Amino acid sequence: MDLTLIIAIATMGGLGFLFAGGLAIADKKLRVEENPLIGKINDLLPGANCGACGKAGCYDYAVNIVENNAPVNGCPVGGNETAVLIAEILGVETNASVKMIPRILCRGGNSEAVKKMAEYFGPLSCSAMDIVSGGDKLCYYGCLGGGDCVNACPFNAMLMNSDGIPEVIEELCTGCGMCVKACPRNVIEMHPQDRNVFVYCKNQDDPKRSKDVCTVSCMGCGICARKSEGGVEIVNNLAVINYDKFVESNIPFDKCKTKAIDRIDKISTGQNN
Amino acid sequence: MELILIFFSAAIVNNFVLAYFLGICPFIGVSNKITSAFSMGLATTFVMTITAIVTWLIYHLILVPFHLEFLEYVSFILVIASLVQFVEMFIKKVSQPLYRALGIFLPLITTNCAILGLALFIVLREYTFLQGIFFGVGAGAGFTLAITIMAGIREELDLADVPKAFQGAPITLIVAGILALAFMGFSGLISV
Repeated sequence: MDLTLIIAIATMGGLGFLFAGGLAIADKKLRVEENPLIGKINDLLPGANCGACGKAGCYDYAVNIVENNAPVNGCPVGGNETAVLIAEILGVETNASVKMIPRILCRGGNSEAVKKMAEYFGPLSCSAMDIVSGGDKLCYYGCLGGGDCVNACPFNAMLMNSDGIPEVIEELCTGCGMCVKACPRNVIEMHPQDRNVFVYCKNQDDPKRSKDVCTVSCMGCGICARKSEGGVEIVNNLAVINYDKFVESNIPFDKCKTKAIDRIDKISTGQNN
Repeated sequence: MELILIFFSAAIVNNFVLAYFLGICPFIGVSNKITSAFSMGLATTFVMTITAIVTWLIYHLILVPFHLEFLEYVSFILVIASLVQFVEMFIKKVSQPLYRALGIFLPLITTNCAILGLALFIVLREYTFLQGIFFGVGAGAGFTLAITIMAGIREELDLADVPKAFQGAPITLIVAGILALAFMGFSGLISV
């Protein structure tokens, strides 16, 4: 056989051996002991890294579950299924968590809310509208219609309806709560998915102004609170539901002239209607 | 004096990224945050420096005496791959968040053409051992400089009103082009 060939093979073999040895030593010295459970749990998590669990990301949450005994049902995106799977791996029990869904508590769209005399020209963003002029609606409390929540949604689960009010597509929604943070007027709230009665208004103006700025506002008349036995209270001219004491049959929904307090079908898909 | 000239030539005048267009993939891929970009620069600099040393030794002490110059590519790749493996282990041990931030781009240093280019330039230009080290450190510093400047611009760019059609990759490539244009101003200053 050609001598060069043998030398070449020997040289490369020797070099390979040398580097392999070096890496083997480095691996011994630098090995990071990692609980294999962390990787398994990380695979179960959605991997959206949205931070809704309060940790820096899915991997960080997995580390916290394994090492700091963080609750297994802390991931609203994965929901109950993920919690059960993680609990199976860890051999612990989980109490079922009801999925949280954002509810848009304002129905004052373009045809209901009364507009200002002036028109709004500027960035179509709620945060900008809120700072500069409060948008083009007279109401200080309602939805601005700029779509910050729609843009904030990492799962494309929100859209603007034709009336200029966002809607949640519940099948796509994971309950991460990014839209709640994005809304400068705090119109969006997280509620358990099986909760079906809401006050669709945030207006705290006196009854007269409240009526003038919007046709679907809560004027704070208190007719819903009267027989509710503490289930509904009027705070700052606004009906607030106390869900602990609340009994649905006590509420005269048809007496509310503006339909500000309303119920939705339990298996509804859209936000309103 | 010549060593300093080689250093600045590799770092600024003939910057690997902005003048030779080597190593573009991490330059675009990891340049969205200054901290991770700088760390990437340091990791690459480390690999470049050690590569310069080890490949010079291998080439001049093993390949040339045995007349095995045709093995330079495969042996250089071997050196680079091992070094990257080592850096990966080291970063994973020292800083988990950095390890996650660099992600796939860390093992991709292996196939970073800037590093193989560095090893081949050293052979091609017949640098001495010391010259090779300065060339390696300079090339690494240049890469760090380029990727950090790019990351700084891109952080500012996040707040700028970029036309929709240019958002994301297009504006990044345009910025890279303008940056290269600026570095072209240095060309010809040093001819080493």
